Amino acid sequence: MQKIAELMRAKAVELLQSSKAERVLAWRAGEFFYDNAPAAFNDVDACQEIVYNEFCPANLAKYLIEATKQQKKTVVFLKPCDTYGVNQLLKDHRIKREYFYAVGTPCSGMLDVKKIKELGAKAITQITCEDNKVIVETPYGTKEFAKEEVLLDKCMMCKGNEYKIADEELGEKLEPIQFVGDRFAAVKAIEAMSAEERFAFWQEELSKCIRCNACRDICPACSCEQCIFDNQEAPVGGKAAADDVEEQLFHLIRAYHVAGRCVGCGECARVCPQGVKLGLLNLKFIKDINQFYGAYQAGEDATTPSPLVSYKENDPEAEEAVQRRG
Amino acid sequence: MQKIGVFVCWCGSNIAGTVDVAAVVEAVKKIPDVAYAVDYKYMCSEEGQKIIKDAVEEYGLDRIVVCSCSPRMHEATFRKCAESIGINPYMVEIANIREQCSWVLKDVKVATEKAIQLAKAAIAKVRFNNPLHPGQSQVVKRALVIGGGIAGIQTALDIADAGYKVDILEKEPTIGGKMAQIDKTFPTLDCSACILTPKMVDAACHENITIHTYSDLEAVSGYVGNFDVTIRKKARSVKADICSGCGICTEKCPARKTPSEFDEGLRNRGAIYIPFAQAIPKVPVIDREACLKFKTGKCGVCSIVCPNGAIDYTQEDELITEKYGAIVLATGFELIDLENYGNLGYGRSKNVITSMQLERLTNAAGPTEGHLVCPASGKEPKSVVIVSCVGSRDTSGRGKTYCSKVCCMYNAKHAMYIREKYPNVDVTVFYIDVRTPGKGFDEFQRRAVEEYGVHYVRGQVGKIMSDKEGNLTVFASDLNSGRHLMLNPDLVVLACAVKPAKDARKLASMLTASIDTNDFYVEAHPKLRPVESPTAGIFLSGMCQGPKDIPETVSQAGAAAAKVIGLLAKDKLMTNPCTAKCNEQICSGCLTCTNVCPYGAISGVEKEVVTLNGTREKRVVAVVNEALCQGCGACTVACPSASMDLQGFTNKQILAEVDALC
Repeated sequence: MQKIAELMRAKAVELLQSSKAERVLAWRAGEFFYDNAPAAFNDVDACQEIVYNEFCPANLAKYLIEATKQQKKTVVFLKPCDTYGVNQLLKDHRIKREYFYAVGTPCSGMLDVKKIKELGAKAITQITCEDNKVIVETPYGTKEFAKEEVLLDKCMMCKGNEYKIADEELGEKLEPIQFVGDRFAAVKAIEAMSAEERFAFWQEELSKCIRCNACRDICPACSCEQCIFDNQEAPVGGKAAADDVEEQLFHLIRAYHVAGRCVGCGECARVCPQGVKLGLLNLKFIKDINQFYGAYQAGEDATTPSPLVSYKENDPEAEEAVQRRG
Repeated sequence: MQKIGVFVCWCGSNIAGTVDVAAVVEAVKKIPDVAYAVDYKYMCSEEGQKIIKDAVEEYGLDRIVVCSCSPRMHEATFRKCAESIGINPYMVEIANIREQCSWVLKDVKVATEKAIQLAKAAIAKVRFNNPLHPGQSQVVKRALVIGGGIAGIQTALDIADAGYKVDILEKEPTIGGKMAQIDKTFPTLDCSACILTPKMVDAACHENITIHTYSDLEAVSGYVGNFDVTIRKKARSVKADICSGCGICTEKCPARKTPSEFDEGLRNRGAIYIPFAQAIPKVPVIDREACLKFKTGKCGVCSIVCPNGAIDYTQEDELITEKYGAIVLATGFELIDLENYGNLGYGRSKNVITSMQLERLTNAAGPTEGHLVCPASGKEPKSVVIVSCVGSRDTSGRGKTYCSKVCCMYNAKHAMYIREKYPNVDVTVFYIDVRTPGKGFDEFQRRAVEEYGVHYVRGQVGKIMSDKEGNLTVFASDLNSGRHLMLNPDLVVLACAVKPAKDARKLASMLTASIDTNDFYVEAHPKLRPVESPTAGIFLSGMCQGPKDIPETVSQAGAAAAKVIGLLAKDKLMTNPCTAKCNEQICSGCLTCTNVCPYGAISGVEKEVVTLNGTREKRVVAVVNEALCQGCGACTVACPSASMDLQGFTNKQILAEVDALC
C-alpha cells in the first residue's frame, strides 16, 4: 500500500506539472492514520500529503460534480469499485468526461476500524496487513485478526478488481476480495418476515435516523441540484418533516429515487453515524431489478439505461411481476 | 382572496337518489374561500349552466367546482360555460360524485360523506389552478391504415374517396387478408373473392391510395395530426417495377417444402411464391428461409427462368418515412392455436381440420379445386362432424372466454354447402347455443336445419380418437336427450375461436394504444366512441377491436374512415395545455424523463441556466416540446428532484387533493 501511495504522489505531481490537470482529488491523513478523508490538492507541494492505505474507503467520484461546474480538469484516484459511481454520474449528466482524468488505484479491501476496536484493540498505534492477516499494534501488545473479520461490510461485496473507467492504471491490480455466500441473504431474511415483523424491523431501524443527510451526501446516485427534501416549493419536503412517521419515509423515498441508479457501493450504510442498515433498502431494489429484468449493474458503463426507465417488449407485466415475487 | 363557486348536480336521481345533495352544499359552504354553493337537478342543462353564469356575475367567482358525473362526460361542457363568461376554462374542476360515488354506493349516509370528501378534494385542488392556454398544431392531410384486409381496404377507400391521401401497410406479400381465403360468405352465399377482389383492385388503382405490402411498422413518434412513421419494406428479392407477374418462377422453384400459408398448410408452395392468383401486387416474394439460393448458395432457377430479369438476390429491406395525421388499426384476427385441445385430435389426424382449412378445401381455387375430400385419404367423406365453440366461451383457461361471434353462422354455411354439393354426405353440428342475431341470419341457420337436413346436436364433444387406419371416433354428449354419442365421421371440422393478430400487442405499445386482456384494441368509449382508440389520432377498424363478421367490419371501417376524414378536414388542432414543464433551475439533467416519455417529447439540451444561488451556469437540462407532450405525467413521477411538473395536475394540486381526503 505504501508503494501505491508513492506512485500516487508521483503521478499527481507528473500530471500537474505537465498541465494535464489543475487539481487532484485523493485522500489526506486525518487525526489518526485510520480516518483518512477525501481532499483536493491544488499544487505540487500539497501533493506530498496524499496518503493511501487500507483506510481510504471514501469514493471521490461525487467531488467531480464540482470539478465539472468549475470546468477544472481534475485528476481523480479511483479504486475499482469507485469507478461504478463515476459511470453513473456520467450517465446522469452530472459530470463531464473532459473535466477529469481517472487513475485506477489498486485495492485489496478496506478495513473497518470500528470492527477492530470492537474486537478489543484499544489505543491503536499501527495496523499492517500481511496476506489475509491484519496485525494491530497497541501499547498493550500486538493483536492479530483474520482479514475477513475486520473488512468493511461493503468490501465483503467486492465487485472485483476491474476499473470500469480509467485513463490509466497505477501499478498491478491487487487480488480482489473473494465474496462467498449470498449477497441478498439479508434481504431474503427480511422478505421472509411477516408484514408486522417487517414493519417493526424498519420502524426500529429508521427511528435511529437523525437526518444528518450523510447518506445522501456520499451517495453517487443522489446528485440532484437541489434535493426534493430541501425544496420548500415541493410539497414532499414539508411533509417529510411533519412528524416522526413521515420523517422515516425519507429513506424509503430516497431508496425509490436512486432505484436503478444505485451502484450498490454501500457507502450510505458505511457513513451512517447511527448504523442504520440503509444498504438493505437499495439491495432489495437491486434484487428485484435483477429478478424481473435480468442481471443489471448500475455504473457498469456510462450509457446503458436502467431497466426501470427503459422499455423492452419482454418486460414482465405488473401482474406477472407480483406473481413472480410470490 | 379566492372566490370559489361549488355547483352540485343531482343528475336527476342518478346522484340525488343516493347522495344528499343539500347536505353536500351545506358542508362545502363552511370551507374558507367558498363564496357560493348550490345544487340543481341537471347542471349540464342550459338552465344549470345559467345558474353557474349568474353566480359568477353575482358573487365574482374566479374558480368553479362542479360536483357531477365523470369529467369524461361534461368537463368540456363546464369549461366552455366558464369561458363564455370570461373565466379561463382551466379554472374549473370536476368532482366525480356519480361514477365514483352514487353509482357504486347504496347507503345514503356513506355516499353523502364520500361526495363531501370528493368535493373537498376538488376544492383543495382548484385553489392551486392556474389559467392555461391551449396552443395550435397543424394536421398532416394523410392517413395510414395498418392492415390490408377487408377492414383496411374499406377504410382506405372511404378516406381516399373523400379526397385524402392514404397509405395501406400490409405485412403479407398481398392485400386481401382473411376474406381472400374464404370460399363463400353468409348469409347470401356469394363468392368471397368475387366481392373482395374488385375492392382490392379499386384500392390498387385509386390515385389517393399507396399500398405497402410485405412491410412492417418500424417506428412511430409524434401525436394526433402529426405522426412520424417509419415503414420497413421487407426485401421481396424481386424487382417489383420489372416483374410482369407471369409466375414462371413460382412454378419452376424446386424448393417446395413450405406449407402454403394461404392454403392453410393443405398444400406446399415454392420458396418464391405469389399467395393467390388475384394477389395485389402480383409480384412474388422469395421466402429466404426456404430458398435454396439463400440457404446453400446453389440453385438460382428463378433468376434463370425469369424472362424480365426481375430476380434480385441482393435486395435489402428499405426504410421509408412518412408523416400522417391519423392512423387506423385494421390488423384483423387469426385462429387460436389448438395446442390446448389435444383431446380433439387436431394435428394427430389429418382428417381433423379447422374451419379455415375447410374454406380452402371447398374453394374452387383451393388445393383440391373445390372437391371436398378428406386430407388423409384424398377420398370424399361420407359424414362430417362440425364442432362449435372450440376455444370460444371457454372458462376452463384453455381458450378464450368470449364468443367468437362468426362461428355459428359459418358452421351453418359450411353445413349447407356441403349438403348442397354432396347431398349424400351426412353433416352433424355440435353446439352449446346457436347464436344467429343479424339480418337474415336466423332464417339462414334454420334453412340449414329445415331445408338441408343438417343435424344440430346440443352438446359438447369430449374427445376425438383416431385408430391405426385413421378412422375417427367422436365421443360427445347430447344434452337434450341426455345420451352419450359415439360417431365415426370421415372428417371433423373444428370451429376455433378467433383472436387478435399476433402483432396487436406490439403495435399497441408502439402506438400507445390500449388493449384489453385478450389483446383486442380498446375503444375510447364502448358505446359512444366505438371506432376511436383512447389515444388521440388512432382509430380502430374490424376484428382487431373485437369479433365481428364482414358486414359489421365494413360498417365499422366506414365509421373509422368518417372519423379520420373529420380529423383530416381540420386545418389546425387545439393542443392540450396540460403539458409537462421543467423547472430548469433545479433540473439536474439526469434525463430520466427522456427515457420514460412515451411520446419522445423531452430532450436534454445544454444551456445556460440560473442556479439556485442566482449565478449562471451551463449545464444539461430537460426541455419539453409542448406540441408533442400528451400530459401523461410519466416524467413527473420519474423525476427525482420534482423539477418536472404537469400543468393542470401539479404535484402541489395532487397532494392538496390527497391532504383534503386524509
